[in-house]
Amino acid sequence: MARVLVGVKRVIDYAVKVRVKPEKNGVVTQGVKHSMNPFDEIAVEEAVKLKEKKLAGEIIAVSVGPAQSQEVIRTALAMGADRGVHVEVSAAEYDLLQPVHVSKILAKLALDEKADLVILGKQAIDDDANQTAQMTAAVLDWPQGTFCNKVEKTDAGLTIVREIDGGLETIKTKIPAVLSADLRLNTPRYATLPNIMKAKKKPLKKVTPKDLGVDTSPRIEIISVEDPPVRQAGAAVADVDALVAKLKAGGHI
Amino acid sequence: MLMRCVSKTCNTLLHKCGRPLAAATPSSRTLTHYPVNDALYGLDKEHQKLREATFNFAQKELAPYAKEIDKEDNFKDMRSFWRKLGELGYLGITVDPEYGGTGGSYLDHSIVVEEISRASGAVGVSYGAHSNMCINQLSINGTHEQKQQYLPKLCSGVHIGGLAMSEVGAGSDVLAMKLRAERKGDYYLLNGTKFWISNGSDADTLIVYAKTGASGDPDRKAITAFIIETSWEGFSVGKKLDKLGIRGSSTCELVFDNVKVPAKNVLGQENNGVYVLMSGLDYERAVLSGVSMGLMQAACDVAFEYAHERKQMGKLIGEFQLIQGKMADMYTTISSCRSYFYTVVRSLDAGMRSSKDCAGVFLLCGEKSTQVALDAMQILGGNGYINDYPTGRILRDAKLCEIAGGTAEIRRWLIGRQLNQEYK
Repeated sequence: MARVLVGVKRVIDYAVKVRVKPEKNGVVTQGVKHSMNPFDEIAVEEAVKLKEKKLAGEIIAVSVGPAQSQEVIRTALAMGADRGVHVEVSAAEYDLLQPVHVSKILAKLALDEKADLVILGKQAIDDDANQTAQMTAAVLDWPQGTFCNKVEKTDAGLTIVREIDGGLETIKTKIPAVLSADLRLNTPRYATLPNIMKAKKKPLKKVTPKDLGVDTSPRIEIISVEDPPVRQAGAAVADVDALVAKLKAGGHI
Repeated sequence: MLMRCVSKTCNTLLHKCGRPLAAATPSSRTLTHYPVNDALYGLDKEHQKLREATFNFAQKELAPYAKEIDKEDNFKDMRSFWRKLGELGYLGITVDPEYGGTGGSYLDHSIVVEEISRASGAVGVSYGAHSNMCINQLSINGTHEQKQQYLPKLCSGVHIGGLAMSEVGAGSDVLAMKLRAERKGDYYLLNGTKFWISNGSDADTLIVYAKTGASGDPDRKAITAFIIETSWEGFSVGKKLDKLGIRGSSTCELVFDNVKVPAKNVLGQENNGVYVLMSGLDYERAVLSGVSMGLMQAACDVAFEYAHERKQMGKLIGEFQLIQGKMADMYTTISSCRSYFYTVVRSLDAGMRSSKDCAGVFLLCGEKSTQVALDAMQILGGNGYINDYPTGRILRDAKLCEIAGGTAEIRRWLIGRQLNQEYK
């Protein structure tokens, strides 16, 4: 397996309490701590592990976003990716960018870079879309292994264990394929200082969606962004009968 | 944000980083840590990445244990933690990769000291004693053979290092040390004791300073530095001191009873140990100012968050003017200390070694860290005074920075004397 393409997204750090902008057209991102999407860290780690086992030769980290997205590409390089590709879009474009656009970008890059494997995080913690991996596979007409818990290379291709609602499912696919990483796939490594120093010298190419022939015209319009409703206090009831009565009265059952 | 609660580090970080308890009402925006504005200090992307990586590592792998380490005065997972530090390339930052080091800069080293100390002051001191006082000294003054023999294991974390100069009767007056090294052909016999030694009960390798002048020689400066292996016969650890702070970093008495040291283990030249000692102190003071910086940052992390969560009289206490003023003073203090700190450290990387600035930065950061820690405790009020919150530990840890590595008085004396010299 020569090349692995890994998608990394810059998102608001999971520990930050997100605030809605006063204009109600988005959330506050200015001056807020951002990091690599946690599932993408797991994806990068899986790629690095494959390379350490000599099952992959080169890892390319890709991010689609405005200039600051380069930070997460550098994190991927510091974790062991070999080079990076930054697909630059303007901040305004980025607000309306959807998996349907990103998947086409990743698919084009996978073909251009002759990737054998595309590994993405299963979903981003900002939009929770859980669509990009699936759509990328569809555009490429490649097999997909989503919610990966374990990935093994065999002579025939890949044996993948997936986390599904009922438990774990094992599938076999050929290569090339698209995978999406789930939480328990691995534990991402910390970037070592030698790798941080090496990352500086690794190439980071910049392209635009237009260069890749992908149309990023928005398919959606943001009408308003609001806080979720404040959770109402509950009420304690004396016994099960009272509970059933209350549920019936409220029309819940 | 459904996924946040399932994220791998979420539980560890959110529940164990010392967040204020139910006493505070959560507001719409809280930061568990107050971010360091790296770009303001001219840190490039690489150094910003280093801080981010070290911060993530220290907050997950060390911060949750800091309270216990302090309470027990014991870092029971020290050895395995040292291996992790070794794997990250954090132990031999200033050492040539030929000897297992990382080939980095003093600035890299300083950022790592800061972020480790931010999680635990005690471990920051142990880390400093190992990586700077032992490893860096060896790297600068050692022969190729000595470096080949001792540095790889120290850099990988398999061995722990330390440095011994002080004695019961030789603190500020370090040249009054009495540990003697008698030359006997191709070896020396060391007899005496050392005191106040960090990593004393954990170290495998020590740099030890001893008197080597001829008997009755009034030259106080006839000192030689030696590389000692603590497994050698005659070496033992005496008392482990019960300290107010920096607990979990062992500080001990060391006993040398006819310890046989091969002559090839002389570090630098015989009777030229004073040069090794004094130049070493410059690097030590500059880099270990990072311990004060980390503690000051931790104080700001805790206090600023608390001030924006705790409400009294219907308002966040952080919005009352006196608290705003206190936070402003803490912020400007830490910012100015950090500026001097990075300036001095960068000068070391540029090949400059200004003793009065190395002493100066440690003097400033050390004294300010105690004050900032006190301010943090005051902002937390009653909560700052109980051990559920880390402010007590931060204060106890910070105070040592005015004492160890040359007392504040010695640092002042050095700077004053240096200024006198410049006017002669």
